[in-house]
Amino acid sequence: MAESAAPAGMWTPGQARGLLAIGAHRYLLALLVRKELRVRYQASVLGLAWSYVKPGVQFLVFYFVMGSFLGLSRAISPFAVYLFSGMIAINLATEILGNATRSIVYNAPLVNKIFLPRQLFPVSSVFVALVHFAPQVVILVLGALASGWLPDLVGLAAFVVGVVIVLALSLGLGLLFAAVNVAYRDIENVVDLVLMVAVWFSPVLYAWTFVRDALVHHPWLVQLYLANPLTAAVELFHRAFWWGAATETDRVSGVVDHLWAHAGLALALSALALVVGDRVFRRLSRTFAQEL
Amino acid sequence: MSASIVVEDLVKTFRIKHVRSLKEIAARAVRGASERPNAFTALDDVTLSIEEGETVALLGFNGSGKSTLLKCISGVLTPDEGRIGLRGSVAGLIEVGAGFHPDLTGRENVYLNGAILGMSEAAIDAAFDSIVDFSEIPDFIDTEVKFYSSGMFLRLAFAVAVHTDPDIFLVDEILAVGDEPFQRKCIDRIKELRDEHKTLVIVSHDLNMVADLCTRGILLEHGRVVMDDEPHAVVRRMRGEE
Repeated sequence: MAESAAPAGMWTPGQARGLLAIGAHRYLLALLVRKELRVRYQASVLGLAWSYVKPGVQFLVFYFVMGSFLGLSRAISPFAVYLFSGMIAINLATEILGNATRSIVYNAPLVNKIFLPRQLFPVSSVFVALVHFAPQVVILVLGALASGWLPDLVGLAAFVVGVVIVLALSLGLGLLFAAVNVAYRDIENVVDLVLMVAVWFSPVLYAWTFVRDALVHHPWLVQLYLANPLTAAVELFHRAFWWGAATETDRVSGVVDHLWAHAGLALALSALALVVGDRVFRRLSRTFAQEL
Repeated sequence: MSASIVVEDLVKTFRIKHVRSLKEIAARAVRGASERPNAFTALDDVTLSIEEGETVALLGFNGSGKSTLLKCISGVLTPDEGRIGLRGSVAGLIEVGAGFHPDLTGRENVYLNGAILGMSEAAIDAAFDSIVDFSEIPDFIDTEVKFYSSGMFLRLAFAVAVHTDPDIFLVDEILAVGDEPFQRKCIDRIKELRDEHKTLVIVSHDLNMVADLCTRGILLEHGRVVMDDEPHAVVRRMRGEE
């Protein structure tokens, strides 16, 4: 790949720059996000309300199956808050990752006709997902307050760190998968598979102690489970919204020990994912137009 | 005068991969045939320099590399070898309406497309009335674009494109838009841009029209520059009259 400089006083077109370059395209990014939202709820009566219906139904199913039938609501009470706070963390991650992965292929007509920083498309999926995420947080806060939760500063910090982990990790992986998906469409299906199991590989529907006790002879597997940045994010969300409403005895099983050490590791891993994703995306983006 | 576009020793090769699925890869492995990527050289050592304010027609038959060259200049494609230098901002009218979304209204599409082509919000606000005027569809501007006729769609898309204000315009086969009065209007607009001393690179198969419009013709054949002259002379050569 030729990488020679342009003649004096001139610039070279089509140079792929990194994520930070999209700062100059904030207005276009805003329009792309608005377009995404408009188009997604086009000709639908419920419109944006669908973003409540889907997690709502998911929540009810999990609540009754796991909480009532399998009796988890007694072990980790208030189970509704526990479940929902973990669920919205995972949903944020899966929505970003799923949409970002497909974003380049979906926007093929733009990608192969007009030169834009291609990162705009995966990044716009992040903002679209945040638009869906915000009302879920509001519902969660109301539910938690109703269950006797009192907000605290440590909890707020846990929430912010949790969101940062989810965003960095899913954007990083989203950039990586979006770039590879251009040449190998298998990636979309791999990602679908990952998203399907993601909710089971983090303590969303059960407490992390279940994993610890089941794998008591394989401590490294437990460590692997805890090293998943999404596990840390889910536990941070539990710390933020559930911990304050739980009893002393439940707190022990509901939030992992050494939470902040796990959070630190998760932050580092997510940052790594973002850097690698950005690099790979930048490298592969040169061939997007001819592959699509 | 200084050069506005410099292209040096540009080579662009496409590898056409046929093997994509596991089944096909396995089938090839069994037969012992290796995957031979089908290489196709779209641009072969192209060197040219276009001065500021020149109106250049890129001429050539289908598959001669005209569009590939435009895409390399606009940055959509990355060349394999050689380099390109630009002075000033560039907008490629590579295909009108590439950024249009059928589910958005005309107004929303004007803003989205304007931003895609590099306009700021203020610039689009300022140009909005003029864009609508130019497109001659003021009554439908708040209708979703999917209800437009193809002519209306192209008019609006073209109107947005010609209201961007770059120093270099790359125009690919978009002058065949709409009915004759609208086409004439488009050509007038291109002439205005030419008179404003913009650098224009135009690809079109309407040979008479581009020959009249441009001051210089570059003929590509199989990805090579074979002639660089006054446009009417180039057109005559293409038609085998010389």
